[in-house]
Amino acid sequence: MGLEEKLPSGVLLTTVEGVAGYFRKASFWPATFGLACCAIEMMTSGAPKYDLGRFGMEVFRASPRQADLMIVAGRVSQKMAPVLRQIYDQMPEPKWVLAMGVCASSGGMFNNYAIVQGVDHIVPVDMYLPGCPPRPEMLIDAILKLHDQVQSAKLGVNREAQIIDLESDALNAMPTSEMKGMLW
Amino acid sequence: MTEKGPQDSLPARPGSQGPEVIDVRKGMFGVQGSGDTSGYGGIVRPVAMPGGSPKPYGGWFDELAESFESALRPEGFVSAVEKVVVYRREITFFIRRGDLLKVAETLRNDPALRFEFCSGVSGVHYPNDEGRELHAVYHLLSMTHNRRIRLEVTCPDNDPHIPSVVAIYPTNDWHERETYDFFGIIFDGHPALTRIEMPDDWPGHPQRKDYPLGGIPVEYKGATIPPPDQRRSYT
Repeated sequence: MGLEEKLPSGVLLTTVEGVAGYFRKASFWPATFGLACCAIEMMTSGAPKYDLGRFGMEVFRASPRQADLMIVAGRVSQKMAPVLRQIYDQMPEPKWVLAMGVCASSGGMFNNYAIVQGVDHIVPVDMYLPGCPPRPEMLIDAILKLHDQVQSAKLGVNREAQIIDLESDALNAMPTSEMKGMLW
Repeated sequence: MTEKGPQDSLPARPGSQGPEVIDVRKGMFGVQGSGDTSGYGGIVRPVAMPGGSPKPYGGWFDELAESFESALRPEGFVSAVEKVVVYRREITFFIRRGDLLKVAETLRNDPALRFEFCSGVSGVHYPNDEGRELHAVYHLLSMTHNRRIRLEVTCPDNDPHIPSVVAIYPTNDWHERETYDFFGIIFDGHPALTRIEMPDDWPGHPQRKDYPLGGIPVEYKGATIPPPDQRRSYT
């Protein structure tokens, strides 16, 4: 016999975390950070056929102060790296980063002197999206998976503990090159 | 048996100076002593550029060359133009670098030439072409006469100076900065010759042939492979 039994109709109970996550994910405004060919797919995702507006994301903010999500769409050159970091720093918390395409995720085919080998060298990345370039469906899928993360994100001390957990997991993970066995 | 290389297959017209071999490359990937079974290890490949062409050049090239010569006076033309190459229906004037400004100004101003537009300068690096390692290539367009020509200027690696044509073709401002950035050609007289593509504190000039490609080792499951330029030597 909990509190739920005594509620009048039309009233729901939830947690602050749940409500905050729900609101955050439902108006998740991306910053435009199109750097290369992935930007074309990102624009297509916002256009009527794929329509990010269905997820409350049609407003691509050109100003980092009004954005929640940075979609790094394309290769980041060494010269662009400080610019990208500055835009990230200008975004208000809470903020997320989506590395779109293999170039933003790992340097991709540009394994050379000019390109940063993965944007996670500069900013913390929440979602990696492979593809060269990824189709709009893949981008939308990545965004929806990120929505799930945002929905279930913790707040306050719980968030701090979660960050420490995630960090130690990442530090203790086995490097890919030391893995053995079948390739899956 | 005589060796047949690409220099023999270039179309040479009677009276032309013949292709110039500027480099000879051996092997394919520079693999040595590894029991190469690919068959590519024995390749000897000369790098040949088309040599100077004799008159008549054909088409509107003759009319153009005549106007060019008379605009520069014959003696000026002889001292400024090293050679004229007509290759694949395009004409290239090799200009001595000391005369570049005079030539560019003439090409822009002379009513019979009127090359109003320079679509930029590109750099080329031929590391084994002794004394002519660096080339700057200018593409000119005459909108009045609907003609396109190419100018090529060379400079040695140990004295990489070419006069800047920004005063004549202001479009070339950023192009010369780019060529300086990537090839290290110093354009004397440029208003602000700084790097444009690479960060200001970048060491070296990345588009030179001897500049390392860079990159990091790539991790796969159970394996790591070195960066591309260290897997095999492509030089």
